[in-house]
Amino acid sequence: MPENAWLQMLIYVAVLLALAKPLGAYMARVYEGKPCGLDRALGWLERLTYRWCGIAADAPMAWRSYAGAVLLFSLLGALAVYGLQLAQGYLPLNPEHFGAVAPDLALNTAVSFVTNTNWQSYNGETTLSYLTQMLALTVQNFVSASVGMAVLMALIRGLRGRQITNLGNFWVDLTRGILYILLPLSFLLALFLVSQGVVQTWRAYPKVALVQPIRYVPPGEKAAGPAAQRTVWMKHQTLPVGPAASQIAIKQLGTNGGGFFGTNSAHPFENPTPLSNFFEMLAILLIPAALCHTYGRMVGDARQGWAILAAMVVIFVPLMIGCVAAEQIGNPRLSPLYRVPVLSRASRVGQQPAPHWFAARRGYQLSGGNMEGKETRFGVTDSAIWTTATTAASNGSVNSMLDSYTPLGGLVPLWLMELGEIIFGGVGSGLYAMLAFVIVAVFIAGLMVGRTPEYLGKKIDAFEMKMAAVVVLIPPALVLLAAAVALVLPSAVAATNNPGAHGYSEILYWASSVGNNNGSAFAGLNTNSFFYNLLGAVAMWISRYWLIVPILAMAGSLGRKNIVPVSSGTLPTHNALFVGWLVATIVIIGALTFLPALALGPVAEYLQMVHG
Amino acid sequence: MALEVMTLFNGPILRRAAVDAFKKLDPRVQVRNPVMFVVFIGSLLTTGLWVRACFGQGTAPAGFIFAVSLWLWFTVLFANFAEAMAEGRGKAQADTLRKARRETSAKKLAAPHRDAKSEIIPAARLRQGDILLVEAGELIPADGEVLEGIASVDESAITGESAPVIRESGGDRSSVTGGTKVLSDWLIVRVACNPGETFLDRMIALVEGAQRQKTPNEIALNILLAKLTIIFLLVCGTLLPFSIYAVHAAGRGRPVTMTALTALLVCLIPTTIGGLLSAIGIAGMDRMIQKNVIATSGRAVEAAGNVDVLLLDKTGTITLGNRQAVDFLPAPGVSIGKLADAAQAASLADETPEGRSIAVLAKSKYNLRGRSLGDTHATFVPFSAQTRMSGVDLAGRCIRKGAGDAIRQFVEGQGGALPPDVQTTLEAVARRGGTPLAVAEGPHVLGVIELKDIVKGGIKERFAELRQMGIKTVMITGDNPLTAAAIAAEAGVDDFLAQATPEAKLKLIREYQQGGRLVAMTGDGTNDAPALAQADVAVAMNSGTQAAKEAGNMVDLDSNPTKLIEVVEAGKQLLMTRGALTTFSIANDVSKYFAIIPALFTGVYPDLGRLNIMHLSSPSSAILSAVIFNALIIIALIPLALRGVKYRPLPAGRLLLQNILIYGLGGLITPFIGIKLIDMLLTTLHLT
Repeated sequence: MPENAWLQMLIYVAVLLALAKPLGAYMARVYEGKPCGLDRALGWLERLTYRWCGIAADAPMAWRSYAGAVLLFSLLGALAVYGLQLAQGYLPLNPEHFGAVAPDLALNTAVSFVTNTNWQSYNGETTLSYLTQMLALTVQNFVSASVGMAVLMALIRGLRGRQITNLGNFWVDLTRGILYILLPLSFLLALFLVSQGVVQTWRAYPKVALVQPIRYVPPGEKAAGPAAQRTVWMKHQTLPVGPAASQIAIKQLGTNGGGFFGTNSAHPFENPTPLSNFFEMLAILLIPAALCHTYGRMVGDARQGWAILAAMVVIFVPLMIGCVAAEQIGNPRLSPLYRVPVLSRASRVGQQPAPHWFAARRGYQLSGGNMEGKETRFGVTDSAIWTTATTAASNGSVNSMLDSYTPLGGLVPLWLMELGEIIFGGVGSGLYAMLAFVIVAVFIAGLMVGRTPEYLGKKIDAFEMKMAAVVVLIPPALVLLAAAVALVLPSAVAATNNPGAHGYSEILYWASSVGNNNGSAFAGLNTNSFFYNLLGAVAMWISRYWLIVPILAMAGSLGRKNIVPVSSGTLPTHNALFVGWLVATIVIIGALTFLPALALGPVAEYLQMVHG
Repeated sequence: MALEVMTLFNGPILRRAAVDAFKKLDPRVQVRNPVMFVVFIGSLLTTGLWVRACFGQGTAPAGFIFAVSLWLWFTVLFANFAEAMAEGRGKAQADTLRKARRETSAKKLAAPHRDAKSEIIPAARLRQGDILLVEAGELIPADGEVLEGIASVDESAITGESAPVIRESGGDRSSVTGGTKVLSDWLIVRVACNPGETFLDRMIALVEGAQRQKTPNEIALNILLAKLTIIFLLVCGTLLPFSIYAVHAAGRGRPVTMTALTALLVCLIPTTIGGLLSAIGIAGMDRMIQKNVIATSGRAVEAAGNVDVLLLDKTGTITLGNRQAVDFLPAPGVSIGKLADAAQAASLADETPEGRSIAVLAKSKYNLRGRSLGDTHATFVPFSAQTRMSGVDLAGRCIRKGAGDAIRQFVEGQGGALPPDVQTTLEAVARRGGTPLAVAEGPHVLGVIELKDIVKGGIKERFAELRQMGIKTVMITGDNPLTAAAIAAEAGVDDFLAQATPEAKLKLIREYQQGGRLVAMTGDGTNDAPALAQADVAVAMNSGTQAAKEAGNMVDLDSNPTKLIEVVEAGKQLLMTRGALTTFSIANDVSKYFAIIPALFTGVYPDLGRLNIMHLSSPSSAILSAVIFNALIIIALIPLALRGVKYRPLPAGRLLLQNILIYGLGGLITPFIGIKLIDMLLTTLHLT
């Protein structure tokens, strides 16, 4: 790999980790109701919200009422998004006069945005009015992210409380998360993106002259034979625009990932420059990483938060390096044929490269690595880092075509999702699902030190284990079942663009994305059909709420427990040994669950490519 | 009970377990263990497939299906065998106990007098509250409390201890156990429980495992195992459509067979821990029994591993049962010889260990010869709770020894006074952890005898170990705080409760529990009962009262308070064994994938054969080797499950590292070697 790739990865991870502490500390203050600075400027808005919505800010909620509020709020949100899509033809801010969205697509989109998945079966620029983009999708980008963080806060309060039933107030957590965290950060990022050239307008799509007109044969007349063919000159193109910057900022920060345009962050109006790319990439993991520190602070032991962040980084970094390397190397069988010395010492001193594919690893590679499906603005490295980050977090925005990745390059994002969106994961949702894994890890490790397992002084009993098991079990079950159903339906298989193992990977990727609320697409699979829309909606809904309810039930049960004081007989959950154990638990469970499925897709493809 | 340490694999137990392993094939038994039930269903399924294959309907060679099916049945049987082995040891012990529960008859009295009207009835008809007379040579027919009489009782049937014990009415030695034998004298006993609920009955039920309910931690672990089982069911279930697609897409090979999928499933689900889980639990109770501790539930054994705080009675646990005189400290103007002489005189008739130690000290240190007890002028004054003094009236000399304030009252009553110097000495002795006894002759105080508790050898190291395990030790004593502090420091306990009353003990336990700690204690007296009931782990001494035994959740047949520490270790061992085998079981799966995945798919994607890093000779041999390894490892681990993982008192972090290295890393590597060896063996013998 070129030195430049290492440097870019290093800068990315370093900046991300440097920001985790200050932002994490700030968010802890927000959720603990302490003065955070911004409350001076925006406190009136918070109080006004409570007054208008009739929220009693100090009303305690036990886990059932908290869960009830989450479910009610999400259900109403889904209905609103669904309704807006059907009614957009009659509503303002629709300069392109888009009609109602098809019901199955509208359902899929509604569930997708409410569950923070943001799977896109639609193309924004050809389907949705500006009003729908703003009022339905952007609003859900904010609130679905804030719901995730609120549920995490309830779990934290359960973990740190001593014999309590009050997990806080959902409406307050929701409001404060949006007002003091998501809105200010999105505002800053949106301003920056506009400065880089991201569009933000209510104008209709402009028609502009092409620099170089194109001549082509209309598709219907190709069959007529060369004699009868008519050629047409294309001189203009329509440029889809819209209020994009405001939506893209929160789409990245809130791990939503649903693009304003169909091609998502590969589109030059969404992600015009390498600099905008860097900050969007940073925004993907920023809040999930910082929440680890928020967690540590709120449970009163910052080391606990750093340990979890460390486990995430330990899994993330090798996979990122693997993905970048796989794409930099490209197809090793092609490399000897098209050797181009890049930044290699050998070329500098004028030596001939060794005629061996292994040389590709030593700095000789396809020109620029595997550039198929990648934007020249970003190149291989930034595309691969983005891909790793967006699937580690449950973001799902893409700036390159995953379908064109090398088998191992595509395996990385696929497996990261299949791990259950816990390596950073969604805002809030990543950490609460990670904590379910922590409980499983603590349980086995706790047994090995001869005590009933406990985490942060809370004993892990059958009930917690049951809830943690549900949280860990649901996503892989959804992925495997959804993929299995799609693979036996001929019509579903026909939606793939590629035959063989790659077509299988396309379907498995879709299932992994909706089954883990990620929303990124491998592409190469046309999912805008009744089957995929409906099955996807069901999978996304279950994957979100069948996790939230057990998490809150666990929070309630943990909260009622007393805290066992720490002694030397207590299993330490903040040191390197535990981080290693947690990583091993996640990797082994993830590998055991998906190795057979992956063997038939990317692994088979890779072996065919290398040895076939 | 005759608790001779039984070897793990002795003949009769093995034979019985082998038979029971087959009896447990009953689906109603199997369904209780979700992991093994899946294997059971898998065995039935493959057997069915084999029958079909015999009629030429098979998707795989009949011989291969038969071999897989056979080894799946072995897997089920091995797990059954493990459980039967664990139960077998208990059953053998129960048989020994049953011998003590011979059908006896009882002399039922109409009233609690020796000469009240009596009738002879069978013991089985006794009811709670009945009054019985038991005479020398008779078996005590039921558990009860002594109302009248004193007798020596042979309790060897229960405790294995052949020396007879004294049972008498009142106090802490008033309870008797059914099945024990009165050797001398007679007892009038009130029956404490109905037939079938006696201590012996409960013990038999416990060691037999009949009453065994799943403990909280076992339930939690079962949920985790069920979760893994469901995941692997899904993994294997969806592999069929996946492979059908792959065959279609690649245009070659055949979809995976049901036999291969079942084999994969059984290899992946945690059969090692699933098959041994109940054996581990039974063996945990059994290890307690071998330590002569009867736990009333598995829950108590498990809780013992979690204990944070040990409340230990000073006397008998931390110190030897009795104090010994170590020094004479005369009052100003009194010679040490005079003090020693008076002290010796006052202790001549004192048969308590303390009294004897004073006489011994006087003799050894000051060469005072023992006087004759036959002195006709001597009147001995025994210790009484009112005066709290003892002594002798000897030819006009009136010598008393007792606690400082008792002697002060005594001399003040005779017109004397306690000199300030003596008062200082009394306090100084107490501060050193000794017990001061003042000696007075008439109105004059002669000085102070210093008695000292002798801390048991090795106990300090034991407490240091406990501290390493994260367990806090608290000494409970009736001594004053000064004395208690000094002994606590000498013994190395973390804390102490001085001048302990039953109420103070109860309050202390509640405080610790409020702070989230789990408390263990031992007790024997009736006044311990409330505290025993409150403690999370309460070990009652078998020598103690019925009330104490009812309140506790364990009974120590040896009545050895130090055993609490062993109880804690046994509890930890139980949990560790579960954790270690779970880790081992899950780690095993990695290698099984490398054996089975290439075997399943090389027909479709020949390149996947490169994952066959063990170079197993053929797909069918690979699958069979994995299945055989999976079955054999259960047998191989039965001794570990029954004996338990070795426990060493280490801090949790180091313990975890050690177990991860042994069972995690070992679990990753062992099956690679095992499967390869089995494959080589199968290939050499041309069995595939």
